[in-house]
Amino acid sequence: MRDITQHLVELIKSTSSDLSPDVEVTLKRASKEEKDGSAAQGALLTILENVKMSRETDRPICQDTGTPIFYLWYPEGRSQRAFREQIQASVRIATERSYLRPNAVEALSGKNSGDNTGVDFPTIHFEEWDNDHLKVGLLLKGGGSENCGCQYSLPSPEFAGSRDLAGVRKAVLDAAYKAQGLGCAPGILGIGIGGDRATSMVKAKEQLFRPLGDQNKDRELDKMEKQLHREINELGIGPMGFGGSTTVLGVKMAQLHRVPASFFVSIAYMCWADRRKIMTIRDGNVTIESP
Amino acid sequence: MATKLTVPISEDEIRALKVGDQVLLDGVIFTARDAAHKYMIENFVRGTCPDAEKEIYEVLKAGLKGSVLYHCGPVVKKHDDGKYEFIAAGPTTSIREEPYQADVIGHFGVRAVIGKGGMRDKTLAGCKEHGAVYLHAIGGAATLIGECCKEVLDVYKLDFGVPEAFWKIRVEDFPCVVTMDSHGNSLHTEVQANSEAQLQKILAK
Repeated sequence: MRDITQHLVELIKSTSSDLSPDVEVTLKRASKEEKDGSAAQGALLTILENVKMSRETDRPICQDTGTPIFYLWYPEGRSQRAFREQIQASVRIATERSYLRPNAVEALSGKNSGDNTGVDFPTIHFEEWDNDHLKVGLLLKGGGSENCGCQYSLPSPEFAGSRDLAGVRKAVLDAAYKAQGLGCAPGILGIGIGGDRATSMVKAKEQLFRPLGDQNKDRELDKMEKQLHREINELGIGPMGFGGSTTVLGVKMAQLHRVPASFFVSIAYMCWADRRKIMTIRDGNVTIESP
Repeated sequence: MATKLTVPISEDEIRALKVGDQVLLDGVIFTARDAAHKYMIENFVRGTCPDAEKEIYEVLKAGLKGSVLYHCGPVVKKHDDGKYEFIAAGPTTSIREEPYQADVIGHFGVRAVIGKGGMRDKTLAGCKEHGAVYLHAIGGAATLIGECCKEVLDVYKLDFGVPEAFWKIRVEDFPCVVTMDSHGNSLHTEVQANSEAQLQKILAK
């Protein structure tokens, strides 16, 4: 079996330095919608200039290269253990080459491992599939935005959130208000409805891979995504929390089965630097694409 | 037009700044984030400076007076000649330093703190009392700000790890916006209050 370490290093470089076109186009549009000369518009123009510079120099868009979260879809018979070793080797190389900041610190002592490996670090999700090729997704999830993520258990007496889509809406609005500009707004919200506490958040983060302009196959959720996108922008928090009309670039939701007793709403806040790429390896041919 | 600030910065220059002003910063400044702030408080502000830490205390006392603390955990490259270079160096979330910031500003005579997301009442009061401002850099604009970091002059407490160490750097035309001034005004408080009113309106629909 071919070692994919070097391809993974390329995937990390691309994800860290080359923002996906859907996000960049949305940021550009937003910069035209903010008031001329406002701090909000200034922030977006600086962001766009930075995106261009990072792409030209292969340097990280953001110094917080976050938790590298890998998703592997692989054909039957391939070894998860071998993939895990190659992923760990790839983050070590990427750290040496300054594509990643050494970001793995021991929870209590704060001691930095220096190479982005550690206990359950980086994060890896495996999924065997029917295809005979390999697909690897990578999300670089920064800490500032991760700290704005949260989980609600409905019903919520705090904001009268009922156990239905109306309650989900209130939870998401509450989370967006509480985040203010702290997660490097304008952000993207991935939302998992249902599941248990763990699966709900995994589902929320998976939503961050969806193209910003896509449609949810669930028509009710699609409508709610668009409504929340509009309503959160009406909060006026704006880029960086400077005030303005662009607080989020997108809202993406999915639901999971839950036990009757639980109703979780998990919200993954992603910063504007929504760094995610997908690599496909088929018959030795490697392509890296934006979702 | 942006106001040019050059380290060392005087109290008068700081008092002249208002929320919303754009600033371009020049001079020698220090990065400091979570571990560094905890360290400064425990060893210097509240503590009696253990012998082992005296050297760095002298460096910080001399370097921070009239200067700037930057909440940043950079991506750093070490070249073959031993010199360091900032590859990516955007701001980190400042609010984690809220318990420490005002005391650090007062103790060292810091004139400005650069970060993102803003800070709260204790820091705002500290800025008013000591004549300091909070400067908001653009979160995530790490390559662009890295380009403003012209020179890495030294590093202290590298055992904290690359992101958490004190990096002494020389910056040129570092772009920031004043979001908390030395007169008790905060853009963050204002935006939060407005957004709360908006939230109530949306929920009432």
